Amino acid sequence: MATASQSFPRSPADANPGAPAGVRDSMAPAREIVPVGRADSVLDLVGNTPLLEITRLTAGLIPAGVRIFAKLEGFNPGGSVKDRPARKMLEVGIAEGKLKPGKVILDSTSGNTGIALAMLGATLGYPVELVMPSNVSRERKKIVEAYGAKIHYSDPMEGSDGAIIMCRRLIEQNPGRYFKPDQYNNEANALAHFETTGPEIWRQTRGQVTHFVAAIGTGGTVMGTGRFLKSKNSAVRVIAVEPDDAMHGLEGLKHMASSIVPGIYHEQKLDDKIPAGTEEAYEMVYALGQTEGILVGQSSGAAMIAALKVAQSIREGTIVTVFCDFGDKYLSTNLWIGWHQWRRERLQQVIAKWRMK
Amino acid sequence: MAVRVRVPTPLRRFTAGADEVSADGTSIKAVIEDLERRHPGMRERLLDEKGDIRRFVNIYLNGDDIRFLDAINSKVKDGDGISIVPAIAGGR
Repeated sequence: MATASQSFPRSPADANPGAPAGVRDSMAPAREIVPVGRADSVLDLVGNTPLLEITRLTAGLIPAGVRIFAKLEGFNPGGSVKDRPARKMLEVGIAEGKLKPGKVILDSTSGNTGIALAMLGATLGYPVELVMPSNVSRERKKIVEAYGAKIHYSDPMEGSDGAIIMCRRLIEQNPGRYFKPDQYNNEANALAHFETTGPEIWRQTRGQVTHFVAAIGTGGTVMGTGRFLKSKNSAVRVIAVEPDDAMHGLEGLKHMASSIVPGIYHEQKLDDKIPAGTEEAYEMVYALGQTEGILVGQSSGAAMIAALKVAQSIREGTIVTVFCDFGDKYLSTNLWIGWHQWRRERLQQVIAKWRMK
Repeated sequence: MAVRVRVPTPLRRFTAGADEVSADGTSIKAVIEDLERRHPGMRERLLDEKGDIRRFVNIYLNGDDIRFLDAINSKVKDGDGISIVPAIAGGR
């Protein structure tokens, strides 16, 4: 079946009929037709997300031998990468008999994991309760409630650690009632990425990935995917991205030195760690919107910054990063404060900043 | 003018762990300058290089977001309560 996209010009340059035909890209899929979804449950729609090559934002900014790809996790049914660990943690919980009829799924989360648990809990028929700081975005609270979950609010001054502590207290008060997926300490979190994200990236790059760059919240993505990719090719470099300061605005990410370090996070397994500033990550979100036509959340901005830094430090390679979600959940948040004074003029300044010296 | 300032977890390393501190000043700006004198390092976390409140920092004066008051120039009076709240929670 011919699709419109095969002949659709990709950029104004492509629309030039005099341009020479491109050499076949060794990583380009041979027009794989992904079967259009027909599933028994949203459980079966998790994963298999597309990989987008970032070429417009990076034009002239990175060496010719370097390519950057982003895994678009916003395509998951719950809208984020967290659908993967949530599904795996529930699956393992059920298999081990810890999650069974009568139990309530309870966890602390500031957003995407909560959305994933609420969605999957609904389809599996388990009630879901979530502890989150009261300053999480309005959209998130509404989405979670739309899936039928109940929210317990913790003190915004205490951040995500406050939610973790409140969650522990709820379980102590009622020990038999809950199943706690515990994304920070449940190895099924990283295992989800070992089993799905890693193999997908390997397949989608035809085994040519050289660097994997992912932001850390629980560390599940970077640990599990990194472990898989290294098992296929031990030369793959695994690089984590974290906020540059304890006081940051990168929702979902953790500044490890000042946080309760997740049990599944093993820093010695990383090849490198790159700090990202909040404001530069926000600006990268704007730049991605205006150049690639992709609106993502702030953690993706941080991931893109790190991918660019890696790209500018090597001569050739294939960098894969993860865009954890799309940006629509953050439209009411601080991410967009001051946006109007930004717009196009500022975009050129941001891109100029990244121009290689 | 003495005010009480609630300090979020990520800034408590500047206040020897205290979750609430006192500061003086007649505006939010002056209070932040005083916080910087008492707890060096605070200002840089709250204000950008132009002296504006960082985009990911929310400051509440008696429960009202100062962005909807007079921003950094909002007047404060004796006994007011100020809360510094990071825009986000961290850790999904």
